[in-house]
Amino acid sequence: MNSQSNAGPDSPLDAQAVAPVVLSPTRPLYWSVRREVWENRSIYVAPLAIAAVYLLSFAISVIWLPNNMREVWMPHTMREMAALKVTDSLIGLAMPYSHAAMLIGLIAFLVGIFYSLEALHGERRDRSILFWKSLPVSDLTTVLSKAAIPLVVLPLIVFAVTVVLQQIMRLLSIAVLVMNGGAAATLWNRLPLSEMELVTLYGTAVIVLWHAPIYCWFLLVSGWARRAVFLWAVVPWLAIAAMENIAFHTSFLGSMLQARLLGFTEAAFDLTDKNGVAIDPHFIPLEQLAPGRFLSSPTLWAGLIFAGACFAAAVRLRRYREPL
Amino acid sequence: MTVIEARGLRKAFGKTIALDGVNLRVDEGRILGLIGPNGAGKSTALNAILGLTEYRGELRVLGRDPWDERDQLMRDVCFIADVAVLPRWMRVSQALDYVAGVHPRFDRAKAEGFLAKTDIKRASKIRELSKGMVTQLHLALVMAIDARLLVLDEPTIGLDILYRKQFYDSLLNDYFDRSRTIVVTTHQVEDVQHVLTDLMFINRGRIVLDCSMEEFESRYLEVAVHPENVAAARALKPIHERQMLGRSILLFDGVNRQQLAALGDVRTPSIADLFVALMGSTPGNQAERTQGATQ
Repeated sequence: MNSQSNAGPDSPLDAQAVAPVVLSPTRPLYWSVRREVWENRSIYVAPLAIAAVYLLSFAISVIWLPNNMREVWMPHTMREMAALKVTDSLIGLAMPYSHAAMLIGLIAFLVGIFYSLEALHGERRDRSILFWKSLPVSDLTTVLSKAAIPLVVLPLIVFAVTVVLQQIMRLLSIAVLVMNGGAAATLWNRLPLSEMELVTLYGTAVIVLWHAPIYCWFLLVSGWARRAVFLWAVVPWLAIAAMENIAFHTSFLGSMLQARLLGFTEAAFDLTDKNGVAIDPHFIPLEQLAPGRFLSSPTLWAGLIFAGACFAAAVRLRRYREPL
Repeated sequence: MTVIEARGLRKAFGKTIALDGVNLRVDEGRILGLIGPNGAGKSTALNAILGLTEYRGELRVLGRDPWDERDQLMRDVCFIADVAVLPRWMRVSQALDYVAGVHPRFDRAKAEGFLAKTDIKRASKIRELSKGMVTQLHLALVMAIDARLLVLDEPTIGLDILYRKQFYDSLLNDYFDRSRTIVVTTHQVEDVQHVLTDLMFINRGRIVLDCSMEEFESRYLEVAVHPENVAAARALKPIHERQMLGRSILLFDGVNRQQLAALGDVRTPSIADLFVALMGSTPGNQAERTQGATQ
């Protein structure tokens, strides 16, 4: 080290040779995502726990299944049943399975919300941001790994847990029916589980794309707010909606917020069949999916653009972030 | 080879000027101690060097612009920003896995080797470790990275003297070589006096002393003056005078050793003594001194 006066105008400031290191660009991302899962075990514990509770309840309820099956699916009654009645019976069979999917999806949504609110706040609160920033991981990679939890990891977990749970439920039902001399084959043939799983896959993808702006907004606020992240993330929207309502007696923002939460059903599914009859959401046949309409929905794209902007802002912001 | 070079480095937080045109240059193979009172700008300077804060002026670390190339720079730079930054939820094994996963220059076997000398268990969570153990773990992670620059910002704060000694011993014996460079800030200057090769005092965002330790030892001398020689000693214009056990201790800058030996017992001052001499006379530093800016 030299004295200050030595740092003269002709001191070398050129880039020095830094040995090139070959590292796959996805490797830090992969490990960063793993790190998030280590830190936030609720990502998989919560869906698994709710699946376990649901399975237990279902296992108890299966006791009534042989009786129900006899009432609904006996051959002589089937012949007499109108088409609508058959659909109703089908829905009766499918209902526990679709409830399972919906419940796990709902839990994953809640986990995703709480995760996003914490993601860029916790590392500042516990000062660990200084450790993370001491490693050769860019802010983009870090924020990407955090966004990947609600946008990729949780949906995959939802789908996997739902499929496994539904398969176990069906095996359990069949076992009970076989033991009781019930209509096991009828259940196997009638329950459209593969179709339901495809709809679950589609629904999971639809919901995550639809909710992407919510997660990305929360992620941004978690990187920005010093405290009370949830309030900063939610209250301004509610306040503006209330102001709009009081000042103009309109509720555009309120409707928009509601549509952002639940509007995916209308955007991505045909909720009436070709006869104009409303579809029961417990069993949505494949032909009622409307991916074309969903992908051409301006609301979807407006949301995705907003999500992208929030994501970019969160990446930029993290560069300036220090411990709280 | 120059590792850090800054010219006219400035940083302000609102109206508070944290760095006021700092020029510095750190060459390879040096161990620089950056010493200053609280709020002097030490951490801001280090944060600028590490790409953690924006700055004005020119700054190159290993030839890179830290603010724009932090993630690239961190392949060659390590830092420990006080002891409490390792994530408390993490397990020791996960910390090893993660650093091995993201750092191309991390030698896991080496880190395991360092940990084997400690009582740290792989399955423990960091929150279960004592403060000293967390520091040992952080040091094990850092020493296993083949970095060219290591930045330590109060690395031993809150540790007992055994851990502190062990910390610097490990750094010197198991890590430091002439191809590496270390920059350390600390208030515990007595711990680093015999570790440093260079010394820099910073105050109010400015560098007020910048010298090698050889220069420090030859330039500054402290004399416990015999009572009858006090007037003669004062005539040599000491930069600082204090009383200890009834004797006057005078600190001189650039006065001949033989000349001083005639006046009393001559010795090399501690960094803390020089710090007090240089900083204590600055108006406005009284409060910082009483806060224990140096020990």
